[in-house]
Amino acid sequence: MNKYSVFSLVRNAMSYHENWQKAWRSPDPKKEYDVVIVGGGAHGLATAYYLAKECGITNVAILEKGWLGGGNTGRNTTIVRSNYLWDESSAIYEHAMKLWENLSQDLNYNVMFSQRGLLHLAHNVHDMQEIGRRGHAIHLNGIDSEFLTPEQVKEIEPTINLDCRYPVLGALLQRRGGSARHDAVAWGYARAADDMGVDIIQNCEVTGFDIQDGVVKGVETSRGHIGAKKVGVVTAGHSSVMANMAGFRMPLESFPLQAMVSEPLKPVINTVIMSGAVHVYLSQSDKGELVVGAGSDNFVSYSQRGSFDMMDHIVGPLKELFPFTSRLRMMRQWGGIVDVTVDRSPIITKTPVENMFFNCGWGTGGFKATPGSGNVFAHSIANGELHPIAAPFTMNRFNTGALIDEGAAAAVAH
Amino acid sequence: MLVIKCPFCGERDQTEFTCHGEAHIARPENPDELTDEQWGDYIFFRQNIKGYQYERWSHDHGCGRWFNALRNSVTDQFVDTYKIGEEKPAIPSDEGK
Ligand SMILES: Cc1cc2nc3c(=O)[nH]c(=O)nc-3n(C[C@H](O)[C@H](O)[C@H](O)COP(=O)(O)OP(=O)(O)OC[C@H]3O[C@@H](n4cnc5c(N)ncnc54)[C@H](O)[C@@H]3O)c2cc1C
Ligand SMILES: [Zn+2]
Repeated sequence: MNKYSVFSLVRNAMSYHENWQKAWRSPDPKKEYDVVIVGGGAHGLATAYYLAKECGITNVAILEKGWLGGGNTGRNTTIVRSNYLWDESSAIYEHAMKLWENLSQDLNYNVMFSQRGLLHLAHNVHDMQEIGRRGHAIHLNGIDSEFLTPEQVKEIEPTINLDCRYPVLGALLQRRGGSARHDAVAWGYARAADDMGVDIIQNCEVTGFDIQDGVVKGVETSRGHIGAKKVGVVTAGHSSVMANMAGFRMPLESFPLQAMVSEPLKPVINTVIMSGAVHVYLSQSDKGELVVGAGSDNFVSYSQRGSFDMMDHIVGPLKELFPFTSRLRMMRQWGGIVDVTVDRSPIITKTPVENMFFNCGWGTGGFKATPGSGNVFAHSIANGELHPIAAPFTMNRFNTGALIDEGAAAAVAH
Repeated sequence: MLVIKCPFCGERDQTEFTCHGEAHIARPENPDELTDEQWGDYIFFRQNIKGYQYERWSHDHGCGRWFNALRNSVTDQFVDTYKIGEEKPAIPSDEGK
């Protein structure tokens, strides 16, 4: 792999940028792999990368039915933070945060990780109690968070309207929170994994599993049978569909979640802003577009569209909080299918089928966890036992009752 | 915007309704005797079908009553709605792709 650097940029400029090496190969599938990863989103790609890098398993294929990052990875509003309530969540999201902080160097790929700070607005007494409780819990876990007064919020975001219909009473700030470039995360992991020998196979849909005596032996795909000693399924909104193919059910429901972007503006929004109570979350991309996220529909759908009224629901609060947006034109709107659990925490788990592992249930908020999720999932697959950080997230918790209830910290889609 | 037919009120706007997930899941009659495994399955595990699925809905901002629906989760098209206790309609033969 040619290293990306300022020197390679100059060298390639000399030849009019016509001789850049391909970022990854597109090989035909082999007969068998040590590990097959189903789903070429960022979580699947990160899993393959850490399998090769940290677990020494390079005979790995990623099978993606469409194109890399074409699922929720390329559709999300890219909010990154680690300020969740429970210890189990702190452990996994902070593990991810630490990996984010060095990811561009690690992958030799600029993922445009920007720790511009993240504001969680409080609009009523309950909100104030929630950020109080969560802020202190986060402190106890050694994760940064600060309480802000409305005046301090105004200093950071001068365009905000504090005296809106549901006035801003305070905020929780995580300075290390921010955002990253979603496509770059997928492409960076893909390029680095490919370099270590991982086969990335796009346009290859898994249509069934080859299961013998309760042990997975391979996958059936649109490009034929592919043998596998172990299978890791990382298909987000389609996880139930995959589980149904393998003969079991998941504690999941799949809902459309929408977002939209505005026409580009000069820099005006400095941080990432989230509000659970009035329900809107936004940031400004490096291109200048405001990236605004909506809520999820409340009925199961695989339509990748979302309901009109959900768009309506965020435009109101957006205009209330930032009156300057009232004449802003929205350029694009889209939906992704998110896999939601009742406790709003992910599932990293073994399954009733031996050697088959699932990583799913990240729902409306898994982008931020990408490096951590891929990392602990890789170790779990390699060892055949869940990594200690992953262990609480086993699917079994829905039978034992040991739920990790992040409803308050995660009920707003982000 | 979807138009949904309440079996009691007729066609109304989607925003008047709430979906309550998979229908026809019978509450076990012997909860005391169930294992954690069985109880968890009943409470949390769902088919989450890509295609035709039977669902419970309520007409919250209307008559307030609950009913069932058969809907295609890929196209979002409602095949039919029916009252609780009525026989469920058959799944159309195109297999809902
Ligand atoms: C509008 C929106 C906004 C969001 N905002 C945020 C946010 O601000 N912050 C945050 O942290 N999270 C956010 N999320 C959630 C986040 O996007 C997801 O949790 C995360 O991207 C999941 O990554 P993934 O790699 O698991 O899934 P995906 O990127 O969806 O990858 C799964 C892949 O599996 C493939 N696949 C499915 N079935 C098959 C098959 N049969 N065979 C082969 N391949 C298959 C799909 O094509 C897809 O590419 C948002 C989501 C949406 C939709
Ligand atoms: Zn009615």
